[in-house]
Amino acid sequence: MIFKIAWKNIWFKPLNTVLSIILLTASVAIISLLILLQKQFEKQFSSNIDGVDLVIGAKGSPMQLILSSVYQMDAPTGNINYKEAKVWMKHPYVKTAIPLAFGDNYRGFKILGTTADYLTKYDTKISSGVLFTKNFDVVLGSEVARKMNLKVGDTFFSSHGDAVEGEVHEEHPYVVKGIASSTGKVIDNLILSNIESVWAIHNHEEEAETVVATTHEHHEGDNHEHDENVVEYDNHEITAVLIKLKNKMGFVLWPRLISQNTDMQAASPAIEINRLFSLFGIGLDALQYLAYGIMLISGISIFIALYNTLKERKYEFALMRVSGASRSQLLILVLFESILLCFVGFVFGTIVGRLGLYFISTSTEQDYKMAFNPFEFAVKEEGILFLTTIFVGVIAALIPAVKAYRLNISKTLAHA
Amino acid sequence: MIHTENVVFQYNSETQFQFPDLRCNSNETLLITGASGKGKTTLLHLLGGLLKPTSGSIQINSTDICGLSSKKLDHFRGQNIGLILQKAHFIASLTVLENIELASWLTDKTKKREKAKELLSLLGMEKFASKLTSQLSIGQQQRVSIARALINEPKLLLADEPTSSLDDQNAEIVADLLVDLSQKYNSALIIVTHDQRLKERFKTAIEL
Repeated sequence: MIFKIAWKNIWFKPLNTVLSIILLTASVAIISLLILLQKQFEKQFSSNIDGVDLVIGAKGSPMQLILSSVYQMDAPTGNINYKEAKVWMKHPYVKTAIPLAFGDNYRGFKILGTTADYLTKYDTKISSGVLFTKNFDVVLGSEVARKMNLKVGDTFFSSHGDAVEGEVHEEHPYVVKGIASSTGKVIDNLILSNIESVWAIHNHEEEAETVVATTHEHHEGDNHEHDENVVEYDNHEITAVLIKLKNKMGFVLWPRLISQNTDMQAASPAIEINRLFSLFGIGLDALQYLAYGIMLISGISIFIALYNTLKERKYEFALMRVSGASRSQLLILVLFESILLCFVGFVFGTIVGRLGLYFISTSTEQDYKMAFNPFEFAVKEEGILFLTTIFVGVIAALIPAVKAYRLNISKTLAHA
Repeated sequence: MIHTENVVFQYNSETQFQFPDLRCNSNETLLITGASGKGKTTLLHLLGGLLKPTSGSIQINSTDICGLSSKKLDHFRGQNIGLILQKAHFIASLTVLENIELASWLTDKTKKREKAKELLSLLGMEKFASKLTSQLSIGQQQRVSIARALINEPKLLLADEPTSSLDDQNAEIVADLLVDLSQKYNSALIIVTHDQRLKERFKTAIEL
């Protein structure tokens, strides 16, 4: 019954109530969105650098190197000479070295030339089909297979570079040989081939351009010398190498050693990602303060609404006392109204925050192949947020509630 | 049913009320009259347990309400005393029926919906049951407050100027209803008033 009165009371003044709820919803939505975003973002970033101690790539921004080679989120810093990279890949400090060569794309999904070790690094297996063995054989990440609706045995043509609308390489179809199991990591959105395929399509392209320039009749394009696996690797270029070290000394020594003696650089994903998080953290903190500021304002709005109606409601309170209500029942009623508002605001905020995350997720998925799960609950952080919201409600109602508690009924009714 | 002895109430150092002893049994009606400033409302609040007397005793149904704790008094009031005020106040967000149910819920945690409806129909108000109280006229509001005062079948029904803001016709209706219903529920009825229309009607009166 107290619940019913409280519920009816908060809707009896709908404008006050709606204002308070909108403010609460906004603050809770922002905070819960930030909580989920930060948590899932860090999880996704951290899970992808497992097993990578260093990344060797072309000189440039180390952050860019990490973002491009580990997360496939940025343009590569450039290419490095495979022969030169091999010196380091075969170094006794190294446990595993995975070469990466960025190739074309298929409808926005990158085709990455690499070795079988890349799949091992992500703990993924071939869920159907087999691993690539020949040039132009590919293994699809699980998301690619799902979204493009490709099966083992299907073929497709790639587009040049990383532009979806790039020139289509129609000479060489890729053949789907296998589909990798789902990992929730970057690999799900990649198409993997051997490195030679990337080189081959690149060579072919140069050749084809020459041909087109001289004669337009060469369209068969089948009599090339590079679809066999015999390629002189040494003069070829790759994009980056993911290194897992046996000896952690390399972690300390290599970045300096490599950048001083070669045209390459070695960057640590852990360090760069920490740097990224701390840069990000400032922005997230600022947003979070803003959201708590809005929550404070909503607390004040609830307080003012309750306090203002106290004057007209003191007859109601006196009357309830006359009908047998105790002081504490009135105290509870006022507190309850405020807490109810906060609870409704929290529920709406949680829903709106997740809707926001869903929209962010669809756009990040399109641009960065990175999805967020709006149905995840950060129990601890959101629990704290819930308690904070309710606390705001209690504080806002405290003075009005105590006034209701201490109401002198005789005086109130005598002056009616 | 109710009797008082030597009730004294000290407002402040200058104003002190000394009230005559009074007694009222079930089914009886007692009128308390007097000019303004004589403490009519104060006496009613004392009888209703809204104020505590400085000295003296008030026995209702052989309980001395002056000795009850605040919480017990709230409960006792809900169960045994029905109060009708000059101006009827309601929980504005609740309907007529819910306002009456609330009075019974606050006393014993039960919603006497049937009883509330029965009272409303006795008062000729059944078709307003689901209206908000602010949509009623003053006379209608006063009738609803009678229903609310009677829902717990109190031993004592106290009315503070129940007719003073009503026109003749409504004043008569309300007075009739008060008498009829207090007798139906075996309540003692005490009316505080300076309304001439009531003075003519009720013979048992105490002048302050």
